[in-house]
Amino acid sequence: MELLRFTTAGSVDDGKSTLIGRLLYDSKSIFEDQIEAVKKSSERKGLTHVDLSLLTDGLRSEREQGITIDVAYRYFATPKRKFIIADTPGHIQYTRNMVTGASTANLALVLVDARHGVIEQTCRHSFIASLLKIPHVIVCINKMDLVDFSEEAYNKVVEEYEAFASKLDITDIRYIPISALNGDNVVNRSENMDWYKGSSLLDTLETIHISSDQNHIDARFPVQTVIRPHQDEYHDYRAYAGRVAGGIFRKGDEVTVLPSGLTSKIKSITTFDGDIEEAFSPMSVSINLEDDIDVSRGDMIVKTNNEPEVGQDLNVLLCWMATKPPRPGAKYYLKSTTNEVMAIIKEVTYKININTMEKLDEDTSIKMNDMAMVKMRTTRPLVYDEYRKNRITGSLILIDDTTNETVAAGTIHS
Amino acid sequence: MSKYYLTHLQELESEAIYVIREVVAQFDRPAILFSGGKDSIVVTHLARKAFYPARIPMPLIHIDTGHNFIETMEFRDNLVDELGIQLIVGSVQTAIDKGRAVEEEGINASRNELQIVSLLDAIEENKIDAAIGGARRDEEKARAKERFFSHRDDFGQWDPKNQRPELWNMFNGHKRMGEHFRVFPISNWTEMDVWNYILQENIPIPSLYFAHEREAVYRDGTWLPNSEFLVLRDGEKIEKKRMRFRTLGDITITGGIESDADTLEKIVEEISATRSTERGNRSDDKRSDTSMEDRKKQGYF
Repeated sequence: MELLRFTTAGSVDDGKSTLIGRLLYDSKSIFEDQIEAVKKSSERKGLTHVDLSLLTDGLRSEREQGITIDVAYRYFATPKRKFIIADTPGHIQYTRNMVTGASTANLALVLVDARHGVIEQTCRHSFIASLLKIPHVIVCINKMDLVDFSEEAYNKVVEEYEAFASKLDITDIRYIPISALNGDNVVNRSENMDWYKGSSLLDTLETIHISSDQNHIDARFPVQTVIRPHQDEYHDYRAYAGRVAGGIFRKGDEVTVLPSGLTSKIKSITTFDGDIEEAFSPMSVSINLEDDIDVSRGDMIVKTNNEPEVGQDLNVLLCWMATKPPRPGAKYYLKSTTNEVMAIIKEVTYKININTMEKLDEDTSIKMNDMAMVKMRTTRPLVYDEYRKNRITGSLILIDDTTNETVAAGTIHS
Repeated sequence: MSKYYLTHLQELESEAIYVIREVVAQFDRPAILFSGGKDSIVVTHLARKAFYPARIPMPLIHIDTGHNFIETMEFRDNLVDELGIQLIVGSVQTAIDKGRAVEEEGINASRNELQIVSLLDAIEENKIDAAIGGARRDEEKARAKERFFSHRDDFGQWDPKNQRPELWNMFNGHKRMGEHFRVFPISNWTEMDVWNYILQENIPIPSLYFAHEREAVYRDGTWLPNSEFLVLRDGEKIEKKRMRFRTLGDITITGGIESDADTLEKIVEEISATRSTERGNRSDDKRSDTSMEDRKKQGYF
């Protein structure tokens, strides 16, 4: 059974929390004592129905305000798949949380209120999904019960979204009319919408094809740590531990270590359960090389005839996450896979209006939640791929050297 | 159809090993928080896999409340021997004797919250800069927001508004002197995942998890085991039951369920059919709606 990670994005009033509560409830992933607790809470709040969104809002201050303010991870499984939901807030001031949840997602659920259609938030969330290269988007047109389950209302929203989505970089977009409150088309197909011939949401989530989303072509192995047993029986043993970030490595492969450029061959690929013939992403293994060359954390082992970029000048699309804007000329720690170097932002090429996708050339000030294409320079060479080729080797974060905060997320472009 | 994909357990395992290796790579004095419960046992097993064939390059820390099940202590000692690694024990009794923690009184008294002081002391005394624990995000509401790398300030406290975003799989372990991190490699595992993994790997676990005969009293919907610390209420009586535990806390606060599941396969079957959550039998979580969150803000696991 596979694992599917997806994000849920939508405005506070779009019923996102209710949808998640419904998914968990109808797939029988919610336990009796949790339902009891929620029923009691709903009663105490004076509600006439069981508020499924109470299943997901966790922290004290959220419960007081009645909204979700951070990324919450929810889990459920059906016999077909295990799911991890990164539930993210809709407000623009929590863009950083949305980007976080989206970074490891295979799929994005975008919720739209059938009465209001595509709004600014819809654009923003979809745009972020596109920028972070989430391969699949499911647009859930919710509250169909409030538009009398009308096919026209549904089509109108689909048209609006399609017009806007043509500018996005997402290849797989699907549309499902639902009512999270009543359960129509969430787990079971709706009896109120005969005109809809597609699958229910859960059915789609269970069957959508995701195994070809991984890059199995370009072999990339960022070294995390060196394993040296310091025991007599493993006297000269030296293996490089890490998680395959792309492609396939096989015993006997000719490899190059970057950025040094030294070459060798793979002697063995080891795991606790024995040596294996081949390793692919996202497996965690350790690699033994034939030659005793200098390899350490931060280096990347790749196949000799298929190498990534190595350089110090980068074009990066940054999402600024800190409350304070970047200080001009400031040095940041730049972390990419297991490598860490110092870097500065040399210039802001353009900002992006995150709601309209427009490039803004004149305004080059960066504030929290802004996205901007910048030129960066690093103190030492970085080994990387373009983000559109590989989400792991093409991404980075910036860390403030005084506060230790993660101040920005970035994707690398040509 | 591609053959290059992993099952969900393989993917979760790979992610956990990756996180554990990151801790050892980024920190100078990491340690594994070990309670003897199934989650910390799985984390230890994963750490073993992560560094194979070398030994696990860090000690285990156990906070001994003095109210542990005997079986848990024995299990811990055997495991440490087998792995050939160091065991650090923090004692709640010592903290009480020194006046650093105050014993609770009354019929619902427990040493659960007192662990906080001992844990923080053990971390400070041993200069631990990263403590790896087996907490999962599905366990409880306050953990749903938790990061893999959870920053704690120099008082060991957790501020939910201040946690760093975790993008892709990069973990920012930068910190100031005196601060430390709690790291949770099995954050994305559910209770079922943990049990299925134990079954798949045939990992040894304490006998308490399996059905056995035990004296207990039925209280607040659960079977509380008889012990020297148990104070009976009016009308309560001790009975002999065939039961097992789904979660292991102190003997004073852990309730068991009636069960015949005496093998791993039967346990897994029972759990997948069960209708109440794992921690539902923990009276420490019932104290208030935001029990876990409040304890975490003070420095709990």
